[in-house]
Amino acid sequence: MELSGGQIVVQCLKEEGVEFLFGYPGGAVLHLYDAIFHQDDVKHILVRHEQAATHAADAYARATGKPGVVLVTSGPGATNAVTGIATAYMDSIPMVVISGQVPTAVIGSDAFQEVDMVGITRPCVKHNFLVKDVKDIAETMKKAFYVATTGRPGPVVVDIPKDITDPNIKVPYKYPKKVKIRSYSPATKGHPGQIKKAVDLLLNAHRPMIYSGGGVVLGEASAELIEMTRLLNFPITNTLMGLGAYPATDKQFVGMLGMHGTYEANLAMHESDIILAIGVRFDDRVTGKLAEFCPHAKIIHIDIDPASISKTVKVDIPIVGEVKLVLNQMLEAIKEHKKKPSKKLLAAWWDQINQWREAHCLEFDRTSSEIKPQAVVEELYKITKGEAYITSDVGQHQMFAAQFYHFDKPRRWINSGGLGTMGFGLPAAIGVKLAHPEAEVACITGEASIQMCIQELATALQYKTPVKIINLNNRYMGMVRQWQEFNYESRYSQSYMDTIPDFVALAEAYGHVGIRVEKPEDVRPALEKAFALKDRTVFIDFITDRTENVYPMIEAGKGHQEMTLRLAPGTPVDRELA
Amino acid sequence: MRHIISILIENEAGALSRVAGLFSARGYNIESLTVAPTEDPTLSRMTLVTRGNEEVIEQITKQLNKLIDIVKLIDLAETSHVERELMLVKVKTSSETRDEIKRLSDIFRGKIIDVTNNSYVIEMTGASDKLDAFVNALDESSIIETVRSGPTSMSRGENGLHL
Repeated sequence: MELSGGQIVVQCLKEEGVEFLFGYPGGAVLHLYDAIFHQDDVKHILVRHEQAATHAADAYARATGKPGVVLVTSGPGATNAVTGIATAYMDSIPMVVISGQVPTAVIGSDAFQEVDMVGITRPCVKHNFLVKDVKDIAETMKKAFYVATTGRPGPVVVDIPKDITDPNIKVPYKYPKKVKIRSYSPATKGHPGQIKKAVDLLLNAHRPMIYSGGGVVLGEASAELIEMTRLLNFPITNTLMGLGAYPATDKQFVGMLGMHGTYEANLAMHESDIILAIGVRFDDRVTGKLAEFCPHAKIIHIDIDPASISKTVKVDIPIVGEVKLVLNQMLEAIKEHKKKPSKKLLAAWWDQINQWREAHCLEFDRTSSEIKPQAVVEELYKITKGEAYITSDVGQHQMFAAQFYHFDKPRRWINSGGLGTMGFGLPAAIGVKLAHPEAEVACITGEASIQMCIQELATALQYKTPVKIINLNNRYMGMVRQWQEFNYESRYSQSYMDTIPDFVALAEAYGHVGIRVEKPEDVRPALEKAFALKDRTVFIDFITDRTENVYPMIEAGKGHQEMTLRLAPGTPVDRELA
Repeated sequence: MRHIISILIENEAGALSRVAGLFSARGYNIESLTVAPTEDPTLSRMTLVTRGNEEVIEQITKQLNKLIDIVKLIDLAETSHVERELMLVKVKTSSETRDEIKRLSDIFRGKIIDVTNNSYVIEMTGASDKLDAFVNALDESSIIETVRSGPTSMSRGENGLHL
């Protein structure tokens, strides 16, 4: 079969089973768009800004486990995609981004819409390619998908000059079944000796903790994690990226840890003697002050990426491998082991944890005459029965979502954890809705974040992706304001906008339904109304308490034992450590 | 501590910048870097000299190993190795200083590879500290220019860095 470069790219996408291609056309990719025009297998989703193409593809990948695929033109199309590529890179999301490039003959001449995409994206991709010959396209595409989806996943950029996709140059096409890269062989099983050492340590623990993260979601190891946690009867905490990998409503779950984690999760980490870290990377938002992180604990760390091990926190027993395989190896070893965890010691540990739970660290003022953002998320959780896919932007609302929407399943919580990209939520919701048209999808956002990709309301209409936008509108960049209140004597420098659009009118202008909610008693009816409108995108603008802060909080540079709690009157709690 | 990291890398456009970019992005220092294709033209061999404590060097080698273009690498500081650097030095000469510079060069086993009425170019190979010693032994004002390759190195014995 003889095909042009443009046709080959599209054919490769079909071979990879790509459902959706998120993109935006332009000069350097016109040949490619013409090839797309002639087929129906790969559905192109036209976004309104390239950043949104990457976020939508990224969220599609997060919700399905399949790689997200993006097509953008050269120059500004490519640079607009960079934020989304970096977002995916920080959270290890499999993604293939095809960018157009100026023709080979003019590369390096500062041609119109030329930018060195391979150079610009080098620090924020797992790998990238510049295709220099039409005969190399098929193999490069195969390699791109292979690299993006194996090992520790990540985004891969394939930069294709316009002349390489010329419809008049046809070459024989065959998609390689397999591809081997001699310099790339991701780890699989864990080292049996290390697994034995880890299991010995775990079964002798006095105050054990399981600290698991996004790697469990990416590695499809939720079932194994649940089985092991229940078998051992250990307490478990999830990172922001790991929420849902272990059911949040289970009694062994002590909540999220880290900067806005629960009192019980952070203190349990601090007091623990054995920590089993699974698919996590000891991010600074999790560890707080490194010198004071888990001072009493020996740490076992399972990760697919050797570079994640002992990067910030020195661990005692590293296990490099796929989380799913390693957990199965460990489960087998635990079941065969003569020793069982001490019931007596664990009971004492659970007593201590339950005492910390009495602090009710997430409690907020339920009698307020203003709408509390936490109450909105709680109602959303109830109305959707905890079954919705929730995307979020970045800031206070993101933390409220993580704290108050209790995820019982993996891949339901879609947020930019590592890069913290405002503008992620709405395009992400569109990507998730395309992946799961039958599921409820809500985007929890704020009036600042939503404006960073608001133009995607048009995309939501065009592709009939009815998502519910939960706008927690406090007329501030809430998290910035909170830090300014705590650290800058309430000098709110540039953290509010003098002009905020009428979101109801805006949503209607884009062809959607807009609802404004100003009173606490209207929260539930508004949500009920929104979710009853099955085939409409609904923008609900909740006017919330301007002064609400996210608690608990570990301020930057402090340890887990130095949490700031909300000082609710009459809360019976031992505040010695708080 | 000083470490010499020896790297086999795909001989492809951009491969060098991936290594250099990694060091600048993560704040590691590069003391020197030499690179050239090997007997297998699809591969280049790179010798990179860096400094850092044990944790930093461990991260450097792990991060380098993550780069898809890197096929293999070894930290030569962990093994017995030989190390050579090439230096060319151009010095001013006059009838009074010519013999003295020639003698000094001979002591350091240098070779004079270019001569004019007023200058020598001296070629010298050896461990980096030997080259430092020679430069220090020269009268500073006589040096017109120096160029050094940076160290290249390989392990002693029959084992080597190859596919």
